[in-house]
Amino acid sequence: MILTALDYRPGIIVLLPLIASCLIYVLGEHILPNYREAITFAAAFPMAALVYSMIPAALAGKEIGFTLLEIVKGVPLQFSVDAAGMIFACVASTLWIVTSCYSIGYMRGHGEKNQTGYYSAFAMCLTATMGLCFSANLLTFFIFFEVLTVATYPLVVHYRDEEGTRSGRKYLAYTLISGQLFFAGIVILYSFTGRMDFVPGGFVNTGDIPMPWMLAVFILMIGAGIVKAGVMPLHSWLPAAMVAPTPVSALLHAVAVVKAGAFCTLRVVLYVFGPEAARFCHGSEILAWMAVATILISSLIAIRKDNLKARLAFSTVGQLSYIILGIAILSPFAATGALYHIVAHAFMKITLFMCAGAIFVTTHRKNISEMIGIGRQMPVTMTCFTLASLAVAGFPFFVGFTSKANIIMGAISMGQPFFVATLIVSALLALTYLMPVVLLAFKRDFYNSQFPVKKEANLPMLIPIMITAACSLILGVMPNFGLHLYGLAAMAGNAIFGLSL
Amino acid sequence: MKNLPAYIVLLPLCSALLSLALSKIHKHLGRDVVFGALVGSLVLSVVQLVRVIQNGPIHYIFGGYKIPYGIEFSVDTINAVIVIMVCMLGVLSCMFAFNFDKNGDALQVGGAYTMHALLVLGMVGMTMTGDVFNLYVFLEITSLTAYCLIAMGGSRGIVSAFRYLLVGTVAATFYLLGVGILYSVTGTLNMSDMAACLKQGNNDSAMLMAMMFLISAFGIKMALFPFHGWQPSAYTHAHTGARPLIAGAMGKIPAYAMFRYLYCIYGKDFKYFRYVLLIIGVISVCGMIYGSVRAMAQKDIRKVLAYSSVAQIGYISLGFAIGSPLALAGAFLHMLGHAFMKGGLFFAAGAISWKYGTFDLNDFGRIYKRMPFTAGLLTVGALSMIGIPPTVGFFSKWYLACGAAQTHEYVYIFVLVLSSLLNAVYFFKVIEKVFVQADKNRKPLHPEGKGVTEAPITIMIPVVTCILMILLLGVFNVKVIDILLISLKGVAL
Repeated sequence: MILTALDYRPGIIVLLPLIASCLIYVLGEHILPNYREAITFAAAFPMAALVYSMIPAALAGKEIGFTLLEIVKGVPLQFSVDAAGMIFACVASTLWIVTSCYSIGYMRGHGEKNQTGYYSAFAMCLTATMGLCFSANLLTFFIFFEVLTVATYPLVVHYRDEEGTRSGRKYLAYTLISGQLFFAGIVILYSFTGRMDFVPGGFVNTGDIPMPWMLAVFILMIGAGIVKAGVMPLHSWLPAAMVAPTPVSALLHAVAVVKAGAFCTLRVVLYVFGPEAARFCHGSEILAWMAVATILISSLIAIRKDNLKARLAFSTVGQLSYIILGIAILSPFAATGALYHIVAHAFMKITLFMCAGAIFVTTHRKNISEMIGIGRQMPVTMTCFTLASLAVAGFPFFVGFTSKANIIMGAISMGQPFFVATLIVSALLALTYLMPVVLLAFKRDFYNSQFPVKKEANLPMLIPIMITAACSLILGVMPNFGLHLYGLAAMAGNAIFGLSL
Repeated sequence: MKNLPAYIVLLPLCSALLSLALSKIHKHLGRDVVFGALVGSLVLSVVQLVRVIQNGPIHYIFGGYKIPYGIEFSVDTINAVIVIMVCMLGVLSCMFAFNFDKNGDALQVGGAYTMHALLVLGMVGMTMTGDVFNLYVFLEITSLTAYCLIAMGGSRGIVSAFRYLLVGTVAATFYLLGVGILYSVTGTLNMSDMAACLKQGNNDSAMLMAMMFLISAFGIKMALFPFHGWQPSAYTHAHTGARPLIAGAMGKIPAYAMFRYLYCIYGKDFKYFRYVLLIIGVISVCGMIYGSVRAMAQKDIRKVLAYSSVAQIGYISLGFAIGSPLALAGAFLHMLGHAFMKGGLFFAAGAISWKYGTFDLNDFGRIYKRMPFTAGLLTVGALSMIGIPPTVGFFSKWYLACGAAQTHEYVYIFVLVLSSLLNAVYFFKVIEKVFVQADKNRKPLHPEGKGVTEAPITIMIPVVTCILMILLLGVFNVKVIDILLISLKGVAL
């Protein structure tokens, strides 16, 4: 990328959580927990502030960033800020604060062990995520992608038990294999094109790589992204990773890991291959149909799950595929929708997961069938859950509606009625699997329920839930509220397809 | 400083001779002398690299006898870097050995350091020499000292050493046969002279014959599949203090010698060059897979690391087999990187065994609670072995893969991918043991005392240095590659 202005802020943003992570690992066992958590916040708040401070530049379309060093012969380790990366960075940095606050409530409320390792790995995940957001070329991206893979592992095996170990292995098998194939894809692509930098609209020309190879490279390269994003049939690590503590699930599902997968797919399809080459090699078609299948099947599976977290996990699998579908439709509207869905899904799903965690810590119940009438005990939590559920289903005036409407408009503009139908059906399915939770919580046996006493989760948990639920409502009404995220998404969508605003 | 290359070899030699005598006076005097001499060599080798970069290759002739009759040390950027690597590991492992020389009388202790110094001397000499017979001499010095150091590792060590002795002697004989054929064809023993003679004459079949002998000889010495039979038990049962040096550096030097024969003496004009490369490529690929598969089944961390060496040495020879400049640079980067990875992992394993007296992976459960630093460093080393960025393991793999793509040998890229994944299986097994699985009742051999929480400083310095080197070589790999490419440009395919 050609940078218009030198700016070291992206580097500082990546460095802050890295330092925090090391400090926590080294000092964590020797200092009071309060000081340990203070390290997290001491990194999280300046980081978010720095991210927000770059929004005006990104909105103005400036390419700011810097080159750190030549990381391999001919390829620099370069950071730059663009609209798409900015969206992901805003979401991740905001939600890091929220999740950290929630984590403190959850981990202490639940008396978890190994908290030092947990907070350290958490900060490391954020380092990797921020690196992903601001990577200016594929190799830089890949480095942080692999760091993210490894940094998530300690979170998945957090409980150190039999089941956690098994999930950890499964997680590693899926992500490492796809990561290594991504590596092979990058090398082959580089040998054919000699380029690495992300360009809106891609740099691969249809004649660069002979046809069967081109599809092979495309598949190798999106593999890593769609594994992390849990596209079927490569999703099964995601529900397995549900054994981890709930804040981890929230991080996995809403903030960092799966979103990194979706973001990776976005970068590869729209910033490396570009719409033309992706269409030419039929890669986008394959991707779109995989996404469609995932959306439908995962919703059907979610309906049958009684464990609340498992149900939400399959909901994530489906919702992530919205983003993938939005990318694969290859239209400006759909790309905008896909990018905005990164925001939307983050706020909705983190609310849902945090609610599930709050219920678990207060009542130790995991299954939906045991939560009948829980709305009486935890009215605030369940209200937030209701709001987020409606958002997931794509009700108007909720954040999920904005993104889905964009994707649907994209599908219409590309003449893809089947995709439109899929999106509408899946919205109904989302209602089918989330509304029963709400209805059971509030309606049946409300006045003689098994939860007669009003007792919410502790405040560090409750406040984040309220904040994210409010965000999913506010961002639905005013998509540009605060951080101009919708504007950024539209900018990125137009830039990819070479349209001016 | 005209005699710089000679000093690098002479310092350890003198200290080796002094060490035995001095240890008669005081038990630890010998080791201090050896340590000092190795540090001196390290400093000089760094100076040497700077000079080579500034003034071009050094051709040092011993005693002033004219080439091709005299013995020559020819130092270019590649072997200057390798010499630094050897000296550095020598220093670190000497320091590490301080903790494992409590038993035995003065002569045994002093003798161990003598062997240590001689081993470093042999490897340094082998790297720098420009004379094929002189190379044989240093090869034998390396081998003989290695036999001793392995035999010092107790009763199993003696058996392993004997096994290595038999196989190693065969290798030495093969080497002599190869050199004999080349000498009969060219009438010279100087490498550059021999290269010039070989280009003129038309001796392809004799050269092929010699090459086969040489590949077998170096294959045995570097434990390349299928010549690796001696290696796992030798690495496992070697003297604990010398194990990191033996495992980290010893296999790399014959690999470098093989590179010299392939690219500096034979060169790409050799008629059967492609076929030779193909053979090396095929055995490297087999070794990369075989070594990893065997490593998965091991319960002793020393065996895991030893079999992983069989696989990792395959990366290096794979780079030679690909032969494009980037791949060769990648092979040498891997040579350096792997020396520090394997050294670092053996240092870390040594730290654990120093404290708990065990190498059994099943006793490593959640050892991070007692030894967080060692565990963290072990993890970085393991990730580098797998090839996770930003460690050096990833970047050497990157250059190898890019080199393979340059020559359109895409199969090798997928072999690298497969090998990484196989590495991941057993190195994550180690990581899982260290961090996840339940701890057994370990009884510390050395309880935590004042100031010592994990292991003594003389163990921790080597571990930390190796891990730092892994990260530094990884992040600043372009600097190393640039230095290597200065000399590689002329010889690569």
